[in-house]
Amino acid sequence: MRASSLTRRLLYWASVAAGLVLAIVPLPDWLGPFRPDLALLAVLYWILTSPRIAGLGYAWLAGLFLDVLRGMTLGQHALAFVLVAFLAHRVQLRMRMFPILHQAGAVMVLLAVYHFVLFWTDGLTGHGYTGWDRWLPVLSGALLWPLIAAGGDTLARRAR
Amino acid sequence: MVELSHETRPIIGRGPPLGATFLALAITSIALMVADQRYDQLERVRGWLSAAVYPVQVAVDLPFRIWGRLTESFADRSRLRSENLELTARLRLANLQLQRFAALEDENRRLRDMRENSAGVAERVLVASILNVDLDPFRHRVLVDKGAAHGVFKGQAVLDAEGIFGQVTQVHARTAEVILISDAEHAIPVQSNRSGLRSIAVGTGDSDRLSLPFVTVESDLKAGDLLISTGMGGVFPSGYPIAEVTRVERDAAATFAVVDARPTARLDRDREVLLVWFDPPPTDSPAPVSTEPATADEATEPAAASTAAPPATGPAQ
Repeated sequence: MRASSLTRRLLYWASVAAGLVLAIVPLPDWLGPFRPDLALLAVLYWILTSPRIAGLGYAWLAGLFLDVLRGMTLGQHALAFVLVAFLAHRVQLRMRMFPILHQAGAVMVLLAVYHFVLFWTDGLTGHGYTGWDRWLPVLSGALLWPLIAAGGDTLARRAR
Repeated sequence: MVELSHETRPIIGRGPPLGATFLALAITSIALMVADQRYDQLERVRGWLSAAVYPVQVAVDLPFRIWGRLTESFADRSRLRSENLELTARLRLANLQLQRFAALEDENRRLRDMRENSAGVAERVLVASILNVDLDPFRHRVLVDKGAAHGVFKGQAVLDAEGIFGQVTQVHARTAEVILISDAEHAIPVQSNRSGLRSIAVGTGDSDRLSLPFVTVESDLKAGDLLISTGMGGVFPSGYPIAEVTRVERDAAATFAVVDARPTARLDRDREVLLVWFDPPPTDSPAPVSTEPATADEATEPAAASTAAPPATGPAQ
């Protein structure tokens, strides 16, 4: 039980680290605006499956590292991550009973909240970009959710 | 369908209540943002965190760098040969221009010495390469592989072979963040090479376009004019090309003309840039002129003023 919880913890951090790396890998120009927020999706997945280990502090740290990696104002992504994680914790018991498409819809709402917080704090710190294409990751993230869930389930089963 | 695991949240003894944790972390985040944005208190913390993520950034950059090396080393002979020929031709041309430039520089220095005015010419440069890391698709910022360890400082000018590229906004231990002149938050003082008109070029968020919002309709500026740096503000060395005016639209009813310019630096294609150290021009540049008539003789003074003084003060306003 102890050992399996340790490998799980490792798995959580490794998947978020992979998400963070993919957040700064250069993409072709036309694909750039579609870049899904993989780190956040990984955090969401672990919160839904095992909320006791993947807590709010875990989400907050992941967001803080994203801030540092992308050279944003410190705390901006951290705030958005922790808000989304909080909402996910509140609805997780209901949300994991949803069929997968329904679940992807719920993830889309959470991603919209996430991007709204980023948009808002961007505006407060004077970096406002108001183009419509900044909302594209909400769509691409929701479309990607079934894959993330399937991949996460496979990983979690292997680690057990 | 997300699978249930046995580590679900227990009903009893779940640790600190969720709401309290959320509130504490949210307040911490907001405090961090305020401290970072308003007070610049977090330089050291940011330094540690950047050191922690530096390996990640290098790891992301590495495959691209290796690929570049490979394609370079397997480049075929004929291509290298044609490239070599082209470079030789360009070098010959550049050397020719340099000879004339050396004479002009000497003359310029003599004239400036006469006026006890240093020009703010670049003195030392360091080549830095841009890391293949995407910071944000909506901001024009790049990460370069030189940092505080190499003497890079905040506000340092960054050039490429064709003109002014941007300036350093954040310095980490081994990397630095550079804001491009095309970023929507960047503005740079410019001067028209032809008419001497001074203005400000603002980034538009489009790497092929700068905008000059404060050019009055009756001012002397036309498409094809080269805009160079003025050295005002002390960030950029003076006399380097910035952009070429592409469009001037005058509406007689408006106060300002619509002016667009294309940056001469290759903002979206460059992999290598130059970090520049230079002596900033003295801020009180009119001072020597006012004292000069007392010491210098009448014959040399007008000549020195017309050549070396920034020629724009007249027509600018």
